[in-house]
Amino acid sequence: MSLFSLEARLQRQAILDVVFRGTTRIAAFFVLLLLLGIIGSLVLGSLPAIKAFGLGFLHSAEWDPVNEKFGAWVPIVGTLVTSGIALLIAIPVSFGIALFLTELSPRVLRRPLGVAIELLAGIPSIIYGMWGLFVFAPLFADTVEPWLTEHIGTWPYIGEFFVGPPMGIGIFTASLILSIMVIPFISSVMRDVFDVVPTLLKESAYGLGATTWEVMWKVVLPYTKVGVVGGIMLGLGRALGETMAVTFVIGNAHELSKSLLMPGNSISSALANEFTEAVGDLYTASLVELGLILFFITFVVLSIARYMLYRLGKREGQAS
Amino acid sequence: MNTAVTTPKVVVNNLNFFYGNYRALKDINLNIAEKMVTAFIGPSGCGKSTLLRTFNRMYQLYPKQRASGEIILDGANILDNKQDLNMLRAKVGMVFQKPTPFPMSIYDNIAFGVKLYEKLSRHEMDDRVEWALKKAALWTEVKDKLKQSGTGLSGGQQQRLCIARAIAVKPEVLLLDEPTSALDPISTAHIEKLIDELKEDFTIVIVTHNMQQAARVSDYTAYMYMGDLIEFGETSQMFTNPKRKETEDYITGRFG
Repeated sequence: MSLFSLEARLQRQAILDVVFRGTTRIAAFFVLLLLLGIIGSLVLGSLPAIKAFGLGFLHSAEWDPVNEKFGAWVPIVGTLVTSGIALLIAIPVSFGIALFLTELSPRVLRRPLGVAIELLAGIPSIIYGMWGLFVFAPLFADTVEPWLTEHIGTWPYIGEFFVGPPMGIGIFTASLILSIMVIPFISSVMRDVFDVVPTLLKESAYGLGATTWEVMWKVVLPYTKVGVVGGIMLGLGRALGETMAVTFVIGNAHELSKSLLMPGNSISSALANEFTEAVGDLYTASLVELGLILFFITFVVLSIARYMLYRLGKREGQAS
Repeated sequence: MNTAVTTPKVVVNNLNFFYGNYRALKDINLNIAEKMVTAFIGPSGCGKSTLLRTFNRMYQLYPKQRASGEIILDGANILDNKQDLNMLRAKVGMVFQKPTPFPMSIYDNIAFGVKLYEKLSRHEMDDRVEWALKKAALWTEVKDKLKQSGTGLSGGQQQRLCIARAIAVKPEVLLLDEPTSALDPISTAHIEKLIDELKEDFTIVIVTHNMQQAARVSDYTAYMYMGDLIEFGETSQMFTNPKRKETEDYITGRFG
């Protein structure tokens, strides 16, 4: 009797197990399906533009909705330049933050500062955008940009990046806002990977008489470089796709200008601004193709980031 | 107790050590003989590693740890705030419980410490790296792969690399904090033989939880318990005819 009921129970459990396995598998494959669906619809939606402009779409700087001539060069450059400058600023600052938090900060400050940085990451981007437009941009127009034009604008070669009317909005302001937005991401990844460096390794370097800077720069950073690069890539991924904050301060002009103080455009802000007013198939298709390009760029960046973090994990596995 | 050592390199006077409010070393007095091996033994938590880490002031990395008293090295008190930490660590090298090769090539591992203090030409640096690796009995095994990563070596080789790295700076005192605790018996034998050779040039202080090791490699032994230095003397005498009952209990395995 009891044997019989046990058998029945086991059988029921076996069925439940199959159902459970099936459900999780469906959920997992659904994610994959979703990804493919998005790529598919982006490709499908951009087909008219791909047919009309071909590869020329990528390097044409023309954006003329009236005559239906479209090219992605300006937003692509805008996206890459703003993200690049944002990283140039964010990487050293994040390194400093992470170094301070892991090595120099008194223990009582570590937690509040760490939490503050993580909260910074949680602020909705529209707030960064508003803040950028209403506070940052006027400040920039009044003080920083005139100073840049006056002092750096006269330098050979790099001077021409800093000339132009001080409007407060433009590529440079967008880059700065972006850097503030990605600093929390990069610095918290850096802090986490610095934290896993074995104490003995650091003590060995200190034991040879190295200073904190030498220990960080020559031992900790090489030891964690894969994780650090992974963190930077995650930050880059975020910077590339950031829409709201950039749209507020980049100026949204489809013009290519050498000066960083001039307004420009990024892929995501072009999409945000123009989708509602896009008339005609070709206009819409061109915007969708912009989206496809952005998708491709961020996909590549994030894949690299994932791969690097994966390699770090594998190495840690070996070490322990 | 101090009379046992005739030519002291390091003199420890009334050393006390605190982790916050906890007193981990209690009035330690001890002399470290020049160009000899001195071993610190005792059960876990007795303060032997703590004592070792005062010799290069490693504890200073941690804000709640402090030492009082005197540690005289070549006539100067190294616990004095005027003592330059980097210069102290150039003079007092350290090797740790586990091999800690830096994430760089074998060559750069050795050159790392040297570069902190000396500006050597490429050729001089090559010579120094070779010298240090030969001293650490590692040269023949790695001479063809100096450009490879130090982390790719076996555990025993890594530990000898760490010893080479420490002596490349040409310190006077070498601190070994349980240097073989993570190694297999053969690698351990290698390191012990090496310690014997190294004492020609360096004053060596070794912390070990392995009494046989202390008996094999050291000239002097200090037995510590609960932050006290219980007995200090020549190793041969300590292990055959200890003066204190506690020491005898520990080395005969009745305790600890």
